[in-house]
Amino acid sequence: MCLAIPARVVETRDGDRAVVDLGGVRKEISLALIDGVATGDYVIVHVGYALQRLDTAEAERTLAWFAEIGAQAEAQATEATP
Amino acid sequence: MRYIDEFRNGELAKGLAAAIRSIADPARQYRFMEFCGGHTHAISRYGVVDLLPPNVRMIHGPGCPVCVLPIGRIDQAIRLATQHDVILTTYADTMRVPASERLSLLRAKGLGADIRMIYSTLDALAIARENPDREVVFFAIGFETTTPPTAAAILAARAEGLCNFTILCNHVLTPAAMHAILSVPGEALDGFVGPAHVSTVIGSAPYEPFARDYGKPVVIAGFEPLDVMQAIYMLIKQVNEGRAAVENEFTRAVTREGNRKAQALVSKVFELRESFEWRGLGSIPSSALRLRPEFRAFDAEQRFEVPYRSVADVKACACGDILRGIKRPTDCAIFGTACTPENPVGSCMVSSEGACAAYYTYGRFREVAA
Amino acid sequence: MSAQYVRPLDLKRGRVDLSHGAGGRAMAQLIKDLFARELHNEYLAQGDDGARLDNLAGRIVVSTDAHVVSPLFFPGGDIGSLSVNGTINDLAVMGARPLYLAVSFILEEGFSLAELARIVASMAAASRAAGVPVVTGDTKVVERGKGDGVYITTTGVGVVREGIDCSGSRARPGDAILLSGTIGDHGMAIMSVRENLSFDAPIVSDSAPLHEMIAMLLDEVPEVRVMRDATRGGLGTTLNEIARQSGVGMVIDESSIPVRPPVQAACELLGLDPLYVANEGKIVVICPPESAERAVAAMRSHPLGADAARIGEVRADERNFIQMRTALGGGRIVDWLSGEQLPRIC
Repeated sequence: MCLAIPARVVETRDGDRAVVDLGGVRKEISLALIDGVATGDYVIVHVGYALQRLDTAEAERTLAWFAEIGAQAEAQATEATP
Repeated sequence: MRYIDEFRNGELAKGLAAAIRSIADPARQYRFMEFCGGHTHAISRYGVVDLLPPNVRMIHGPGCPVCVLPIGRIDQAIRLATQHDVILTTYADTMRVPASERLSLLRAKGLGADIRMIYSTLDALAIARENPDREVVFFAIGFETTTPPTAAAILAARAEGLCNFTILCNHVLTPAAMHAILSVPGEALDGFVGPAHVSTVIGSAPYEPFARDYGKPVVIAGFEPLDVMQAIYMLIKQVNEGRAAVENEFTRAVTREGNRKAQALVSKVFELRESFEWRGLGSIPSSALRLRPEFRAFDAEQRFEVPYRSVADVKACACGDILRGIKRPTDCAIFGTACTPENPVGSCMVSSEGACAAYYTYGRFREVAA
Repeated sequence: MSAQYVRPLDLKRGRVDLSHGAGGRAMAQLIKDLFARELHNEYLAQGDDGARLDNLAGRIVVSTDAHVVSPLFFPGGDIGSLSVNGTINDLAVMGARPLYLAVSFILEEGFSLAELARIVASMAAASRAAGVPVVTGDTKVVERGKGDGVYITTTGVGVVREGIDCSGSRARPGDAILLSGTIGDHGMAIMSVRENLSFDAPIVSDSAPLHEMIAMLLDEVPEVRVMRDATRGGLGTTLNEIARQSGVGMVIDESSIPVRPPVQAACELLGLDPLYVANEGKIVVICPPESAERAVAAMRSHPLGADAARIGEVRADERNFIQMRTALGGGRIVDWLSGEQLPRIC
């Protein structure tokens, strides 16, 4: 619900802090709410905190799924048109 | 932006629109509520409605924490700043909400109150550290996405021994609100698009009672427009097949258990209030949080004399029915006339995610031309 | 008898005080040692209360602007360069050649002379680079607490070119809507410095004088109907203003609007819409559809118009709506802004 953005961790710092990069913009955020984050991970950032890791493999699967469903439907629609 | 732009792709949107058209039964209506204000905003801002067939209708739910914040709570925040000389820190979303005596936080700031917009509780803590002679209050709002950052801030404040930091706690709970909607008779809803980021924290499990007890499918959707369209597709499918289950479209960030660490931090710091008033929905039991006794030192309502006084909404305001999905924005007598984003009378107009504001700001061109 | 000793202005550690605005020796010294050092030309050298502009003839245009930007210094400029470029642009979008500037400063008691010197130097550099001199000026000092460091008002005078007729009321259905480059850079550069919302980002204000690019545009396409710089309130506000003034509506295409990726990302992080973020070096151009391609090419041939693009067209609409086809393929309107755009968490 609330505005949260996936961003890539480019640096981890002491005190549960990290720097994330989103499209070239860097911001320091807190990792206080999540364990085991490493540089290179993608995290969902909300009001300055990482809320959860983003599973990049799942992200790719989801996109592929969109494409598949769409392709099927468009194929059906083409067949149906006389 | 990686993992954002791809989920806004127009070509994929066309495909999903075709898929939705292919399974939507032209002989029936589908009414789905997107609970979450962020989804309302995404749907309006991208014009998702134009990609849906006319018999699939999206109803905007109450998942906008600014919209459901009672006027009386804003009054408390204003009084803290104006009468108790605190530094009031707040997310910018609350600044323009009209409160009593023709004030808002923005107006009070204009009159000299020390009210500061912040992006994060980390900023509020920094302000408290930099101003040891002043009291700093954080106006805590939000659903389960925003509560863990407040919990983390309280724990940090305690660890550091910060004694000039308190919060005005207005954190509320999603399942309680969904229950309040489902238990009131109104036009039937066929299913819910479940919140994106609330679910990253609480997981998908809390929605299972709704599917089971009310027979309504819930599909948790990511924040981007393609996520919402995919979730609509999945909901239509469930309805057609007569199923009512919790499904997860947002698999890249939501698991069944959610973020256990964040949940634990919240439980450590907060407990349930017996009841809490929601603007537009009335009092809902077990729907909001307060600080546990051992953290009461951080409670602004304990430290300062700011009793809560309930303030009723204007009679003409239809927000209560709109938040429940019983009425549309255009059904409200004052929509677009007395009540506009410039002069919001009710909560649905106040935040850009509110049903009325979203419709007015992004969608009113769809009315028949005057 | 020795000449009276006057302590030199301490430009390193000195501060503005009320005597600097009182009209006496201190003020004269401030003008001589700080302002005149940077801003010097034949007009200012005369030391009169105003400047005679003897050879001004033709369709004269005057424009004025107050500048209250905070912070005063930001990536890509400061209040000094901003004020010069801003007024030059206001004249240029009227189809005028900017000729002269007048400047007034309101200084807050306690403001750092070193910062003031920096601002004036920047203003002078911008004025020189654009070839538009500051010919007269004024300074006042207000008590501490009654000003935000410094406010600057600039007034500019220019002469409209022959054969050019640009006005916000001239847009017609069917006209092409063009944009001279990327949006959101200035506003997000400012955001990157502001208290409580800071981040390291390679975003630089686009503040720049556009009169030369506009001259090239008008050379090629004298039939341009509307030009306006998309400053406060951003592109969204500018389009709404023109639509209302001309009594028309518009349709624009989100995918054709250029936004630099870091600006998009910064907006995303803060919950801001780039359509409403201020620009200081971008213009909207409305011209007959058959001229659009040449107009875009003309802007692109100048470095400040390198990303110029066609973004939409004007259409008849009594409601004066700006409709936008989103990147997703759906529709929305780009409405007037309600108050200042504030970042959202939700």
